[in-house]
Amino acid sequence: MEYTEIMVRYGELSTKGHNKKNFIDRLGANVRKALHRFEQVKVHAQRDRLHVELNGANYDQVMNRLKDVFGIQNFSPSIRVDKTFAATAAAAVKMVQEQVDHPITFKINTRRSDHKFPIDTFEMNDRLGGYLLQKFPDLLKVDVHHPDLTIRVEIRLNGIFLSSETIQGAGGLPVGTAGKGMMMLSGGIDSPVAAYLGMKRGVSMEMVHFFSPPYTSPQALAKAKQLTAKLARYSGSIRFIQVPFAEIQETVKEKVPEGYLMTVQRRMMLRLAAALTMKRHGLAIFNGESLGQVASQTMESMLVINDVTNLPVLRPVLSFDKTEIIALAKQIDTYDLSILPYEDCCTVFTPPSPKTKPNLERTRKYEQRLDIDGLIKRALDGIKITEIHNGEDFLNQNEDVFAELL
Amino acid sequence: MIYFDNSATTKVAPEVLQTYDTVSQKIWGNPSSLHSWGENAWNLLEQARQQIADLFHVKPSEIIFTSGGSEGDNWVIKGTAMAKHRFGKHIITTSVEHAAVRNPTQQLKDLGFDITYLPVDKEGRINPADVKAAIRPDTILVSIMAVNNEIGTIQPIKEVGEILKDYPNIHYHVDAVQAIGKGLDDLVFSDRVDFATFSGHKFHAPRGTGFVFVRSGRKLAPLVAGGGQERTLRSGTENTPGDVAMARAIRLVKENEAAAVKREQAIKERIYDHISKFDHVHMISGRDKGFAPHILCFAIEGVRGETIVHAFEDQNIFISTTSACSSKKHSEAGTLAAMKVPDNIATSAVRISLGDQNTLEEADQFNKVFDQLYAGFKKIIE
Repeated sequence: MEYTEIMVRYGELSTKGHNKKNFIDRLGANVRKALHRFEQVKVHAQRDRLHVELNGANYDQVMNRLKDVFGIQNFSPSIRVDKTFAATAAAAVKMVQEQVDHPITFKINTRRSDHKFPIDTFEMNDRLGGYLLQKFPDLLKVDVHHPDLTIRVEIRLNGIFLSSETIQGAGGLPVGTAGKGMMMLSGGIDSPVAAYLGMKRGVSMEMVHFFSPPYTSPQALAKAKQLTAKLARYSGSIRFIQVPFAEIQETVKEKVPEGYLMTVQRRMMLRLAAALTMKRHGLAIFNGESLGQVASQTMESMLVINDVTNLPVLRPVLSFDKTEIIALAKQIDTYDLSILPYEDCCTVFTPPSPKTKPNLERTRKYEQRLDIDGLIKRALDGIKITEIHNGEDFLNQNEDVFAELL
Repeated sequence: MIYFDNSATTKVAPEVLQTYDTVSQKIWGNPSSLHSWGENAWNLLEQARQQIADLFHVKPSEIIFTSGGSEGDNWVIKGTAMAKHRFGKHIITTSVEHAAVRNPTQQLKDLGFDITYLPVDKEGRINPADVKAAIRPDTILVSIMAVNNEIGTIQPIKEVGEILKDYPNIHYHVDAVQAIGKGLDDLVFSDRVDFATFSGHKFHAPRGTGFVFVRSGRKLAPLVAGGGQERTLRSGTENTPGDVAMARAIRLVKENEAAAVKREQAIKERIYDHISKFDHVHMISGRDKGFAPHILCFAIEGVRGETIVHAFEDQNIFISTTSACSSKKHSEAGTLAAMKVPDNIATSAVRISLGDQNTLEEADQFNKVFDQLYAGFKKIIE
């Protein structure tokens, strides 16, 4: 079937009252961004639906990209025909011929927004259904309640559109409608999943990654960037902010008792993330913490670590089991990257037995030994920001050279 | 020279050798090393794995590099035995397998495993119903070759797969060494096949290369345990130049596959149609569907196989007694015996095996030489 357009149905955003226009505009922009390499495609974001006019673009490829755009409930590849019954019937016959090879039940579902069109909804259902029955007496039977095949007919001002398939979209809210968040991305399994879930609720994410050469390897940095490139398919591109952390780790190690190393390091990370959030007009900090998973992720630890900022610290995977997080990581294809065995900033300088119930007063007291403002300032002065695009490769930089050998 | 012994081995392709050379000289780090020199080699190896996976439409994690066909067969059979012996000790295979399958099963027999060797019909083919009848509660493995190396019979891999769908716990292995590049991927990678063994030197890759397809979720114990390479399934420092060269060889084979299969089939038919007319010639391979396009086995009754091989060799044409591996041992071929071919014909059998380099002109030349040699042989036959 040569489809001419993809009809996209909105998800939750159709219930969002006066914000609706913002949502639709943002979704339209996100869809355009996702489809930018299909030059001939035209995107029309309208009140009730979004229409992707294909103009000859490969509809399989276009639909594949649409599956990653949040805010889409589902979509249907459609074919546009002239506004006559004959053209509609011919297209429906072709649909049946291509899709049906054994006896099934069907129904016609007509929607008419052009009320001047002479055939009304009921008549179209009746006539087209009857026509198909007569054409395919051995293949088709009507069942209006549980049909195997539903042929949708939409009579609009600019043509009649037929479709028979509905493909699930990614759901959620359009990225950007919830504002900007700073994601603390380590490179483990949890933080990419948390980033994905935040983006799914409309957050435009920026990644904050702490790296500590020579304690962490260049591969660990490349891995975090690679994960960002994976997640960028939900938003087109993501800013990646690398923050040098070695000086802080060395200083903390020197001055703070072993049991509090982790707690103080985390507080320093959160201070840096908070400073970046304020500076870059973000609204919240996101991380991949899951309650009780490791020492820093007890409620007692969260209380003490959270003490350094008033910004909301949002934890999308807080109540998930590890197995649930892994299942999601596999679904969004970050799992295989996350388990690559490179040391990251969370695994070096980890004391053998960190306090699971740190004391806030004691933590504050130990921190008085540090020049907090100086350490934070020097780290922020050393940040590097990279714009990372969907599909970029950081782990295997020689891919093209290698392709010559293969 | 006409080389008609491609099932024994093939010549390394020049561009494949080029890759081997470049990788050996320039990307020689140990893929398991932490530093960037090793990392680079790792990336190359993984890119090669990805390419192979893409060419066969499987996942990269399902491709495990080995040293070749014998290792692959041994691994799947013994690895299954080690991983699953608590669930049962019964293995089903055929009476026409390559020695790399037959002998490991014999070794397991000595360790107390029970092996069923399925019979074959006069075309060397098993009956899927026999597989079903042989299955027992303690069966852990069914191992069947895709293409017989001696006479080219294609086995009913899909039909057996259908039967095994009712027995999801049984491992299903296909020795696919003779099946690569012959238009048989649908068979070898059909949905119920768990393991498939391949050997590099059969398709213009260097000796000592090969891989096994291991379906996700299927467990094999490693045969070579050690440093944990290949996700602990096959230890030993990775053969980066060999594996990368093999990935290239596979790409070349797949690119030429459709044309090569057509040409090999045409060569086979031209020779078949010519020599089958002679009184004392017995055609053992079939001509058409049901047999691989590249293998043709026949006998000249009354002339020993070795004699035929050497006579052709004198004319600069290289063919083989049935299987190169057993051809020096003066034992009649396993496959022919299983097919109940009479001894006097089995000892007279020779095999032509074609490759993608062979031409129709070579078939004509072969036929011409055949006529001359046959005229000479006639004197000893009659």
